[in-house]
Amino acid sequence: MSKNKSEYLINRHDNQYEVVIGLEVHAQVTSESKLFSTSATKFGAEPNTQVSLVDAAFPGMLPVINEYCVKQAIKTGIGLKAKINKRSVFDRKNYFYADLPQGYQISQFKDPIVGEGKVILDMPDGQKEVGIERLHLEQDAGKSIHDLDPGNTFVDLNRSGVALMEIVSKPDLRSPDEVNAYIKKLRSIMRYLGTCDGNMQEGSLRADVNVSVRKKGSKEFGTRCEIKNVNSIKFMQMAIEYEANRQVDLIEDGQTIDQETRLFDTKKNETRSMRSKEDAHDYRYFPDPDLLPLEVSDDFIENLKLEIPELPDEKKKRFIEKFKLSAYEANILVSDIETSNYFENVIKKSDVKLATNWIIGELFAALNEKNIEITESPISPGNLSKLINLIKDGTISGKIAKTVFEQMMEGDKDPQKIVEEKGLKQESDPKALEALIDKVIDDNRDKATEYKSGKVKLFGFFVGQVMKVSGGKANPQLVNEILKKKL
Amino acid sequence: MSDITKQSLSELVENIKGKKLSSSEVTKAFVERSEKSKELNSYITEDYTNALNKAKKFDEKPNLDLKLPGIPMAVKDLFCTRDLRTTAGSKILNNFVPTYESTVTQNIWNEGAILMGKLNCDEFAMGSSNETSFFGNVQNPIDKNLVPGGSSGGSSSAVAAQLTPITIGTDTGGSIRQPASFTGIVGLKPTYGSCSRYGIVAFASSLDQAGPMAQNVKDCALLQEVISTYDEKDSTSIDFKRNEYSKELTKDIKGKKIGIPKEYRVDGMPKEIEDLWKKGIEYAKDCGAEIIDISLPHTNYALPTYYIVAPAEASSNLARYDGVKYGFRAEGENLIDMYEKTRSEGFGAEVQRRIMIGTYVLSSGYYDAYYLKAQKVRKLIKNDFDDAYKKVDAILTPSTPSSAFKIGEKTNDPVSMYLNDIFTVPVNLAGLPGISIPAGHDAKGYPLGLQIIGKAFDEQNILNIAYAMEEKINFKNNITDWWIK
Repeated sequence: MSKNKSEYLINRHDNQYEVVIGLEVHAQVTSESKLFSTSATKFGAEPNTQVSLVDAAFPGMLPVINEYCVKQAIKTGIGLKAKINKRSVFDRKNYFYADLPQGYQISQFKDPIVGEGKVILDMPDGQKEVGIERLHLEQDAGKSIHDLDPGNTFVDLNRSGVALMEIVSKPDLRSPDEVNAYIKKLRSIMRYLGTCDGNMQEGSLRADVNVSVRKKGSKEFGTRCEIKNVNSIKFMQMAIEYEANRQVDLIEDGQTIDQETRLFDTKKNETRSMRSKEDAHDYRYFPDPDLLPLEVSDDFIENLKLEIPELPDEKKKRFIEKFKLSAYEANILVSDIETSNYFENVIKKSDVKLATNWIIGELFAALNEKNIEITESPISPGNLSKLINLIKDGTISGKIAKTVFEQMMEGDKDPQKIVEEKGLKQESDPKALEALIDKVIDDNRDKATEYKSGKVKLFGFFVGQVMKVSGGKANPQLVNEILKKKL
Repeated sequence: MSDITKQSLSELVENIKGKKLSSSEVTKAFVERSEKSKELNSYITEDYTNALNKAKKFDEKPNLDLKLPGIPMAVKDLFCTRDLRTTAGSKILNNFVPTYESTVTQNIWNEGAILMGKLNCDEFAMGSSNETSFFGNVQNPIDKNLVPGGSSGGSSSAVAAQLTPITIGTDTGGSIRQPASFTGIVGLKPTYGSCSRYGIVAFASSLDQAGPMAQNVKDCALLQEVISTYDEKDSTSIDFKRNEYSKELTKDIKGKKIGIPKEYRVDGMPKEIEDLWKKGIEYAKDCGAEIIDISLPHTNYALPTYYIVAPAEASSNLARYDGVKYGFRAEGENLIDMYEKTRSEGFGAEVQRRIMIGTYVLSSGYYDAYYLKAQKVRKLIKNDFDDAYKKVDAILTPSTPSSAFKIGEKTNDPVSMYLNDIFTVPVNLAGLPGISIPAGHDAKGYPLGLQIIGKAFDEQNILNIAYAMEEKINFKNNITDWWIK
């Protein structure tokens, strides 16, 4: 039995196995141009239209570092609370492939630009810290396209030379759920920073997943396998589950695990051996003689710190302390920079509690239904704010507000106008309400008598009738008060 | 004027500026002489028609304020030239026509010079005799059986034979200075970072430098002034204050301290070289320089260090020639087969040898023992020079351990070939400027050169010393035009 409800263990016979996971995340740096050339980086361009002589490795062409990408990497390092290395070195990773024009990838091997850092995960049973080993800058390769022609492979070099950050975690993750939380948190931090758009469909974020298993309580790590280039969280989780169980089966069967690189087959939901340790490439890393060591000053780093916005962890803390949100609510609102911006814009002029409920409840549901992002919401923060104020000041009831909200979702209309045009304003005039209530009691004499003789449950019936007669516009609070008196 | 091609660059510039000669006359003279000199095999690609047209155009609207007004020039085929085939002396680039221009050649054209063609060189600048070129060996105008040196052998041969008034070469371990010495001309390897490497086919990035090869020191200074510019497109280009080398050139080197490194007295060095060196010391003294004995203790390790660092970088730099994007491709069963056939057929033996050495020294398990150690030794060699320059302003050595050797003499003995670079290689490893000037002849009448090594960025100083000594030496090249029938 585990003490911890959310602990992820694999049980076989009488043994319990713990899964140890480390991730190497490849995050595309948000930048107009490539890491060592001025070519554009737009996604989805016609093949080979964003390729310079440098990207295609023409004779005599030389790389020149893009300062913006360096800034982006350092900002990400700051966001990961990591050590920024004032001196880092670009190395060549040598291997042959048709989509690697230089015959080597420029990467950072021994001296990365960012050192150790950390990421805090909010798990159901509390916070968990995941260590970051390092972050380094490197070039992406081009793309080989094998399925356009039966006899040929096509190469698209648009990606060739695009800047990537490889973010290597420590082997601190213990379950597919933690991996999910880690990727989402990393993505969130980078989107706050504007350093990576985190778009997994476009390949802006992908990961190599290192998995090993060990008997629960063991301090030694098991032999790990690396699952290459997984491009969705769901696939990462599936791959880990499959791979961990495969390893446990091998151990239980008395076999050993080979350290190897594996591929995840998303159709068959299994990992397959790609190459063993013996077949591993010898990349012959050495410092790129075309590039001097990258040196940044303290001032350079300090100036970048000034550009760092409030990050999710700090924002969450502030939301809880200042707005008295629950941890759950705060987590949802800060998970995404666009959501938190939306929220903060709404509460500029309206009630926090109502705003929280309306955003997390109605708005999220409506956006989900339309399958659009909050940035594309037909309801602007200003108009949602107006709607909330109409509820707050009693102009409309919560129920009417939902009707108004639905109309607002169809186009960005001013809620005030909708209320006026449709005559949805709440009836709060006691005299008018009394008249309404008198009529309802008159029409239901028998029920009124029953109520008076002790059938108090009928009170709800009367409220309902009044609301119905008023077309939902009667102020429910006043109706309650007056009804009590009249009955 | 009948003896146009005998004129030095400076004379030609003066005559064009003084309107005594037109660019067309000059270009025509060099083109005609080049055409009569095919036997030397100095050119890989000729561009004479274009050159003559450009000269005509220049004459229609001559800009005489330029430093190289209408001067025709052939350049080493390692410099990428827009719309003109650039082969690096290799089959693998046999069909390669760049769409871009190297910074160094662009600087030259910006000053009014006109491209005549591309000069032969060892394949990817790997060689000391120009015998590794896919386009055949080059003959030394001194004697048809002699190599012109390498790798800038087409360049040295063309300048010595007066097929071009001046040229540029590249020097990774001696490839400007050694051929200059073998053909009796002047060759300068500038400080690393002085001339942009942008658009030069790379051999070993941390060592490669372009530089002028000329008939005399003054011409050499003028071309260095033109080609040396800071270039943002080369991350190793250095932004330092560059002199107007030709204007500031002076023979007054009185009181300059010149170091004589004892470690350059290598075992088995021919007496002729020893004697030349002694004569050089006397010339320097005659010019008013002070001679100081110095020590460069790690000199012995320079050659092995070079033959680890340079092949390591080359093995990676040449990976791009894979048959996928441009250049020669051999058909194969699959990608790997295509790579193997393309690179086996596309690269010559010497290039393959160096790729293999480089791949080996970078391999996991050998990296520390070879590449890393070589980098440490490289630092020690640089420190030797730094220490020496606390005491002296420049260093005087022979350029090569022998005069030009016979074609075919060393092709089967790569180590003996490599030994040719013994005096030039330390200069590249330390990133310093070095100039070779012709200083005498051996018993066979073959030219011999002396090397003056300077402090980093101190090209002006070694040019001045060379200029002063040149006058005292009063060297005359014995060239008989034997190849012109």
